[in-house]
Amino acid sequence: MSNERRQGRILVRLFPSLTGLARRGLAGWAILIGGAIVAIMAIITVFSPWISPYNPIAINVGPILSPPSSEFPLGTNHLGQDMLSRVYSGGSIMFQVAILSVIVCLVVGVPVGLFASYAGGYTDKVASLVMDSIYAFPGLVLAIAIAAMLGPGVVNMALSIAVVYVPSYFRIIRSQVLSIKELPYVEAAHMMGARARATLFSYILPNVIPSIVAVATINFADAILTAAGLTFVGLGLPVSTPDWGWDLTYGRRLLTSGAWWVIAFPGLMVVLLALGFTLMGEGLSELFNPRLRR
Amino acid sequence: MSLRSYVIARLVLTIPMIMLLLTFVFLIVRVLPGDPASLHFEKQADPQTLLEFKRQLGLDKPIEIQYFDYLVGLLRGDFGKSMQDFSPVSQQIFSAFPATLELAICSTIIMVLLGVVLGVQSSRSYNSVEDHSIRVFGIASYAIPVFFLGEVMIMIFAIYLHWLPAGDRIHAGMAPTGLTLGSLHWSTGLYTIDSILEGNPSKFIMSLRYLLLPSLALGTALCGIFIRLTRGNMLETLQLDFVTAARARGLKERTVVYGYALRNAFLPIMTMMGLQFAALLAGAILTETTFSWPGLGRYLVDRISFRDYTAIQGVVVFFGILVAMVSLAVDIIYAYLDPRIRF
Repeated sequence: MSNERRQGRILVRLFPSLTGLARRGLAGWAILIGGAIVAIMAIITVFSPWISPYNPIAINVGPILSPPSSEFPLGTNHLGQDMLSRVYSGGSIMFQVAILSVIVCLVVGVPVGLFASYAGGYTDKVASLVMDSIYAFPGLVLAIAIAAMLGPGVVNMALSIAVVYVPSYFRIIRSQVLSIKELPYVEAAHMMGARARATLFSYILPNVIPSIVAVATINFADAILTAAGLTFVGLGLPVSTPDWGWDLTYGRRLLTSGAWWVIAFPGLMVVLLALGFTLMGEGLSELFNPRLRR
Repeated sequence: MSLRSYVIARLVLTIPMIMLLLTFVFLIVRVLPGDPASLHFEKQADPQTLLEFKRQLGLDKPIEIQYFDYLVGLLRGDFGKSMQDFSPVSQQIFSAFPATLELAICSTIIMVLLGVVLGVQSSRSYNSVEDHSIRVFGIASYAIPVFFLGEVMIMIFAIYLHWLPAGDRIHAGMAPTGLTLGSLHWSTGLYTIDSILEGNPSKFIMSLRYLLLPSLALGTALCGIFIRLTRGNMLETLQLDFVTAARARGLKERTVVYGYALRNAFLPIMTMMGLQFAALLAGAILTETTFSWPGLGRYLVDRISFRDYTAIQGVVVFFGILVAMVSLAVDIIYAYLDPRIRF
């Protein structure tokens, strides 16, 4: 099969039709269901200002710690805020942090991974050592250290998460480039006089994209959980922003009052969002490299 | 390669890794923010106080001297001073560590047991409803923040059902004293073991009951990867001839599965335990905060709220070195058990 056709196939596999996905068995279904969950959550978050019955940060819109009722379907918290409105709008921070951290990872991890592993030799060794040291570090601890020093904020949270996940991109790209660069078609490109950059970006990169997409999806899920974790240890955003992570953090102090609704609904939203991305990531990695499972 | 040269090679590789890590943490805490001392006071201290404060912590010296002091201090087991009261951080770390260790050990047991049993069950009922539900459970466990799981467990088992206590390690003032022989005292800091050494079964039961909920939360949140690993391994192994042969000899199915087939999964499971150690520590930070468990994680979170950057640096470095050491140990044990790895 010619290389162009191969690339074409891979790209089609990247963006298959929905019906085509369903025919791919469990992995396809996982992607579809995961994607649907993420899409619904994204729509709710984007349209939350119009569908929320109350202002999510306005206090005393209802009684304090009221259980779910017809007026407040998900109850109210200790400040008398409406939980339904907070659940609708609380994902915005998570989405922003996750999207931003994935972008940073892509911008840093992909070129570094490509260049270092293509160059080989000393460059590759040094880059691998640095990446492996970060990779071996407990991710949340490192993110906590960075976030604590940078201070609160969406960008700072995203940066601290990105530092932790760049090595995952580097490793997966490196493992693939090392084998791809020995393939005859790359050699042929060399013989035809293609420059290193052209070889990397037009010949090697297309074959690595599927794995990058799979890693990025899992990265999304991890970024959401890490963002929630950072908020939980007190490195989140100020109280004035509706955030599921903050509700979970503060809800811990309300447990003894028996107010389960304060943590249950924001918690379920975090789980659903992370689950959506995890399902997509699992499905994609199974489709693209059946042997390379997490 | 002999085992000895493998160990030496692995050690030599670990040193630059730890050095990089130490430098990285130093850069983050001391260089990145400019001046951690003014950050601590949120720029509200007068210059005289700030200067005295920096002098106490050694933050007034040039950055390269600070770096040197930091590395030399670490070699002597000195993790720096706290910004709050200038007390040595290492003291706090070593007094909080046993609590974290106890939680980590107990969670590991639950994590591996749950993962292996579910994984085996899943592979034996391949492609059935049971198999699929176990796989979905495994994937869902990746997606649950451990602190949310912990909160739900506290809600159900501690507040509604009153089955188990949540918060702290034991009733106030009941901490076991450990072994006492005449004037000699020896305690491990692990309450379950100390209560046995003290010979006090009621304290042992009590500390176990306190330990159960946090470990269950952390173990469940991390068991997913073991379900997958065991399932994958067992699916392959159960097809092999020696399993058929064992069945043909009329051995009980349970013996065939757990006594014969599962042995093949032993090494990968052990490797995974080593790899999961970092995730376990990270999970422990959140679990300890959820359950008010007085370990290292809660100490770290506590220091964050006080903007105690030198203490944060100490704890982070301690975690990093600990993980590097554990992964070194796992690699060496692995090489010892499986000679193929050395070549």
